[in-house]
Amino acid sequence: MSIFNYLRQFFDNPAYRSGYDSIWTRLAEHCEYSLVALLIAAAIALPLSILSGHTGRGDGAISAVAVIGRAMPSLGLLVLLAVELGLSLSVTMIPLVLLGIPPILLYTHAGIRAVDPAAVDAARGLGMTPWQTVRKVEVPAALPLILAGLRAAAVQIVATATLAAVVSFGGLGRYIIDGLYQYDYPQVVGGAVLVAVLSLATLLVFWLLDRLLVSPGLRSR
Amino acid sequence: MSATSVFELPSYVQSSYFGLVVTQLEVSLGATLAGLVISLPIGQLCSRLPKFYPPMLGLVTIIYSIPSIALFVLLIDITGESETTVFIPLTLYTLAILVPGVVDGIRSVPREVLDAADGMGYGRIRRYFAVELPVATPTLMAAIRVAAVSSLSLMSIGSTIGNYGGFGDLFLLGLRFFDNRLIWLGLFSLLALSVLCDLVLRWAQRLLTPWARSRRSFG
Repeated sequence: MSIFNYLRQFFDNPAYRSGYDSIWTRLAEHCEYSLVALLIAAAIALPLSILSGHTGRGDGAISAVAVIGRAMPSLGLLVLLAVELGLSLSVTMIPLVLLGIPPILLYTHAGIRAVDPAAVDAARGLGMTPWQTVRKVEVPAALPLILAGLRAAAVQIVATATLAAVVSFGGLGRYIIDGLYQYDYPQVVGGAVLVAVLSLATLLVFWLLDRLLVSPGLRSR
Repeated sequence: MSATSVFELPSYVQSSYFGLVVTQLEVSLGATLAGLVISLPIGQLCSRLPKFYPPMLGLVTIIYSIPSIALFVLLIDITGESETTVFIPLTLYTLAILVPGVVDGIRSVPREVLDAADGMGYGRIRRYFAVELPVATPTLMAAIRVAAVSSLSLMSIGSTIGNYGGFGDLFLLGLRFFDNRLIWLGLFSLLALSVLCDLVLRWAQRLLTPWARSRRSFG
């Protein structure tokens, strides 16, 4: 199996063991870009969609954002911003953040909207303030969908962070882009497999979060 | 400013504007169609045997989460730098949208409708084509539209493995030759094409489901 041969060549190469081009450095860069982008996207999208879901407004606007998010070519945006605004890491973060916002908005809004109205009424009947209702009833009940939105955003961001290498930055995409330019296929395969593994690890993290955080009462559904 | 039209591309693009439109549509819509052909039997199986649905959903979600650039470059070893290398991952990605679409569509067919068809003496195959598929069309078409639009935009990543990204080629060439007009042209063309495809598919849906026209329109 040639893929495995390429992988062995990649992992045996001392250039990727230590120094600026080591696997750990590239992995750390990739995780750093992805985490920062996810946190910013969540900080923007979560409050907005919890508010819109709670008040039941903005259905149209949210689905419009979702459509734009799906149609938006991330590579085009990345390259455009790099050429128009310059090669800087903060500019490169913009498309990552923009890409993460639509899934979080869409899932969180739908999740909060789908909370059983009886539970919300019961919370009001118990004398909870709107803020308490959101915090103690709506968000916990919508948590599976909120996590699904964050997961979709994280997976998109991890995939697109690979493209940061196209505009001169680091991350695991460095191996793919450099390998393609240098006709060094083992390096390309190594990068691709590492990126794929990181994406699957992202899925796994969110699956574990779901197991840990979601109330057992919601599990049976 | 030269007097040439914006659609006249510099020679390093190695393709005409029209050529890019054709490649873009051929690969993205072809992948959507191939994905639909694969999803229909899978969806049918999953709605017959609901036990299969969660693992199938897990599988397509896992495939969908693998970054496209990784799949493209890994496939180079098998299919070379070609349109096929872009086509196969795009097809796989549409499954994550189309399989749930097909299952939801089939589930949206009311039990009484199926019973009525059975009562009229329809066989399994005739019932499928004459009753189930048409009734499921609105749900199915919504999924097809999402799959087509996301394939169109996802295909641009194909430019990283050579000139196989349709309008995506203009992104990387624009970066390499620092020509922002080329990037703007690629972005706008891609968005216009996405909107156009969505409109055509909506129109096709109206033609396919004339009974829905007098009632409310579906998503």
